[in-house]
Amino acid sequence: MKTIKYLFAITILFTSFVSCSSDDSDDLKEENPVEGLNLVETIETDHHDIELYSANKSFMIGYNDISIRIKDQATNTYISNAEISWTPVMHMTSMMHSCPTSEVSLTENTTVSNGFIVFQMPGNDTEYWNLKLNYSIDDESFEASKNIEVIADEDDMRSVSSFMGSDNSRYVLAMVTPVNPEVKVNDFTAVLYKMEDMMTFSVVEDFTVTVDPRMPGMGNHSSPNNEDLTYNAASNMYDGKLSLTMTGYWKMNLKLLNEDGDVLKGEDVTEENIESSLYFDFEF
Amino acid sequence: MQHIKAMGIMLYPNQAINKLKRVCFLVALTLPLWSYSQQENHKKHAQTEVDSVKTNILKEVVLIASKKKLFYQQEPKPLASVDEFLDSAQKVNMIKRGAYAWEPAVNNMVSERLSVTIDGMRIFAACTDKMDPITSYVDVSNLSKITVASGQEGSEHGVCVGGAIDLELDKTGFKEDYFKVNIESGFESNNKQKIIGADLNFADTNFYVDADVIYRNADNYFAGGGEEVLYSQFEKYNLSFNGGVLLKNESKLTTSFIFDEARNVGYPALPMDVSLARAFIGSVSYEQLHLGQLTHWESKLYANSITHIMDDSKRPDVPIRMDMPGWSDTYGFYSQAQLNKQKHNVLFKVDGYYNRALAEMTMYPNDPNQSAMFMLTWPDVHTLNSGIYVQDQITFAQSDLKVSTRLSFQNNRVADEFGLNSLKIFYPDMEASQNRFLTSMAAQYHKKINAFDVAAGLSYATRAPSVSEGYGFYLYNSSDNHDYIGNPNLKNEQALELNGSVALNKKTFNISLDANAFKMPNYIIGEVDTNLSPMTIGAEGVKVYQNLDYAVITNVALSSAYKISKTLNLNGVISYHRGIDNDQRNLPFISPLAYGATLKYHKKTFNGELAMRGAGKQIHYNPDFGEDQSDAYTIFSLALGKTFYVSKNQLYLKTGVENIFDTYYSTYSDWNNIPRMGRNIYVSLSYKIN
Repeated sequence: MKTIKYLFAITILFTSFVSCSSDDSDDLKEENPVEGLNLVETIETDHHDIELYSANKSFMIGYNDISIRIKDQATNTYISNAEISWTPVMHMTSMMHSCPTSEVSLTENTTVSNGFIVFQMPGNDTEYWNLKLNYSIDDESFEASKNIEVIADEDDMRSVSSFMGSDNSRYVLAMVTPVNPEVKVNDFTAVLYKMEDMMTFSVVEDFTVTVDPRMPGMGNHSSPNNEDLTYNAASNMYDGKLSLTMTGYWKMNLKLLNEDGDVLKGEDVTEENIESSLYFDFEF
Repeated sequence: MQHIKAMGIMLYPNQAINKLKRVCFLVALTLPLWSYSQQENHKKHAQTEVDSVKTNILKEVVLIASKKKLFYQQEPKPLASVDEFLDSAQKVNMIKRGAYAWEPAVNNMVSERLSVTIDGMRIFAACTDKMDPITSYVDVSNLSKITVASGQEGSEHGVCVGGAIDLELDKTGFKEDYFKVNIESGFESNNKQKIIGADLNFADTNFYVDADVIYRNADNYFAGGGEEVLYSQFEKYNLSFNGGVLLKNESKLTTSFIFDEARNVGYPALPMDVSLARAFIGSVSYEQLHLGQLTHWESKLYANSITHIMDDSKRPDVPIRMDMPGWSDTYGFYSQAQLNKQKHNVLFKVDGYYNRALAEMTMYPNDPNQSAMFMLTWPDVHTLNSGIYVQDQITFAQSDLKVSTRLSFQNNRVADEFGLNSLKIFYPDMEASQNRFLTSMAAQYHKKINAFDVAAGLSYATRAPSVSEGYGFYLYNSSDNHDYIGNPNLKNEQALELNGSVALNKKTFNISLDANAFKMPNYIIGEVDTNLSPMTIGAEGVKVYQNLDYAVITNVALSSAYKISKTLNLNGVISYHRGIDNDQRNLPFISPLAYGATLKYHKKTFNGELAMRGAGKQIHYNPDFGEDQSDAYTIFSLALGKTFYVSKNQLYLKTGVENIFDTYYSTYSDWNNIPRMGRNIYVSLSYKIN
């Protein structure tokens, strides 16, 4: 019996050999409100340096999350509680137009304001974007503007689509996340705007965007458990889920439906029709 | 490992401890059954070597034993592959995807439902597509025998429902002043297979050393009628080493090591070949004859590591190029001892293993601008299994009863975050780790009534899903042309087995009827999910592993042996098999009616054998599982052997013809109907230097 007990103890011991992954301990980070962001542009005025930060190294077509800090040139300190509004304008050879933007609002750190701009197109030699900022500091108003560079994705991947719907309205749909797609069920977020006129874009509420991710390199393989994009009133964005079963090139075939379920843009993917005219794509 | 041990104890879930407590309790309850007063009895548990049919209907022993000349000469083809030896066993069928690495089936059940071990060591294949069954990592040069056990008779070495195959390594043992060198070489005409091997045995009363090496190289084989079966070539070599030291107090320390490597292995039935399949298998064991009241105490520590790399670079037309490497590492132990008291012969065993299975797939798009596509097909699954096994063989005057039980605890954990997230696409609420408790118990009764041996048995067993069944991610099955997705929510598969046999034994004649039936609740099989889109280009659809309500598998065999004269023996066997599920659907890979007969002649230094084997037309098949009807076939083979003595040394020559009439045939177990080998003439020569 003793031996058996002994052997059994070995069994229990052996059973306990399970490995685990160690948790990363977070080091205390220094307080830098724009940590990890790139200073993309600085607009200099007579009194201020207005710094524009983004996760990317430059402004890209599509959704750009932008943080703004205003530095007082006299004191070399960042100004708190500035009220900022912005107007990006595309100067084309024959016309001008704006693009969808959010409000600019203060973040927890009152020296930093934040918002987003959806550029539908890049600039080039003859056509350029100009960003105009109106801001007030302690009830004193200022204005600044600068021509900024907006570049296309170097791999020519599509994360924004500007199109005419079957209701003869022009829409802009832009992907917000995933920024770094992974093999998993990714959170899929997009913004949808209707172009009211050349300078005015309004958030579209309560539409639906159906999602059908495909891998053209794998015989148009699709994935399960995707969720269509639906309107989230809290964020004014559209939320859904995107399942990606492997790394590589994916095309997210989309269809825009209005409140009544009428298709405004996009087609189903079938054997004959291998892609929708409304899509995003990326590679990872 | 240090890190793993240290963290493991803290991490271990309370549930597991509770389950272990339950095991303790169960053991405590059952232990008194085996407590009896003392009497020595050295009868080794059910292992009879010469005629397995007579004494144990549930076990079949295939002898290889190249170092024991007695059996060696009886084998029709001494340098046959392990696969061919297994194929010759009545209880085993081999599923073939090519000329190499066949997958053994016992009772029409394959890998996941069997326990396949080498000297009791658990080893797990590293290929997601079953291209490397464990039996492919040894060779005949280092085996003495293969024990095939049916149903729960096989649970001694590990959890199983269908049966077990244990490959026993050949060891010289302690012999006074023993030195032997054996050189073997063989050639087969059909696929130009060249075999060369050597082994060296050196022993004295307190130590022994065995070393052997074997090399095989084969080209494509030709089916009956002369059709070349492309991509059926292979090359492999195997090195092994055994050693032992006799210690004081009737104890010994032994070690074994196997290195096996196959390269350029073609799989004509599959869309990919294998560029490398490599195994390192090692163990150290300690044996002691007496331990208190116990005898034959043996403890073993072992480790093995398998690397398997699939390759499509030799195929001219593939929809997409891909790499599919897989790795499987196992660390384990067991410790066992016997207790002999009066009529009882009790075996106690504790064992455990820890396995890591990882496989990945990288596909290279035809559009060179697109980046490679990567997925984990086995998401680094860590399996921990530990269990206890107890059996008691009780011998009465004219009968015996064997009862056995195995209780195991199993933990599976998906260690790779990428892999876990991949599976969560299908199972959003899936946990990385899960525990299972597995039980099995069996009772087998045998009675001698005059010239009759009657036996009957009843058993129950459960098994956990395999890594592929639980966690596989888009594993392509070329037989039914579907991608398979694992299912971590599977219930344990159960098997309730009833078996029986009647044998009549006369001096010159014996005949035996064996039958078994498995009712298997929660039988695990892939079912089509029409909502899922296949990953593999050209695949028809996706199957997800599911539990059926139940399946039933039945096997009946009638075998007989007739001793015509002192030198002439005739054996025959005919068997019937059936497998259906709860909707009366036919299960895949179930043998049709099969038969075989062998006429053996043996006189002094000469032996000869004429054999016939065949199968009826496959009546029960299932197109849903990629099966079509296999035709009936009968093939014949002939073998002749002669021993010559050159001074004190022995030269043994064996030659034979397989598939004499060059019949073109393909059986139910040939993956995608690849034809089997046509006429094949082989010659083997072995020279023993004493």
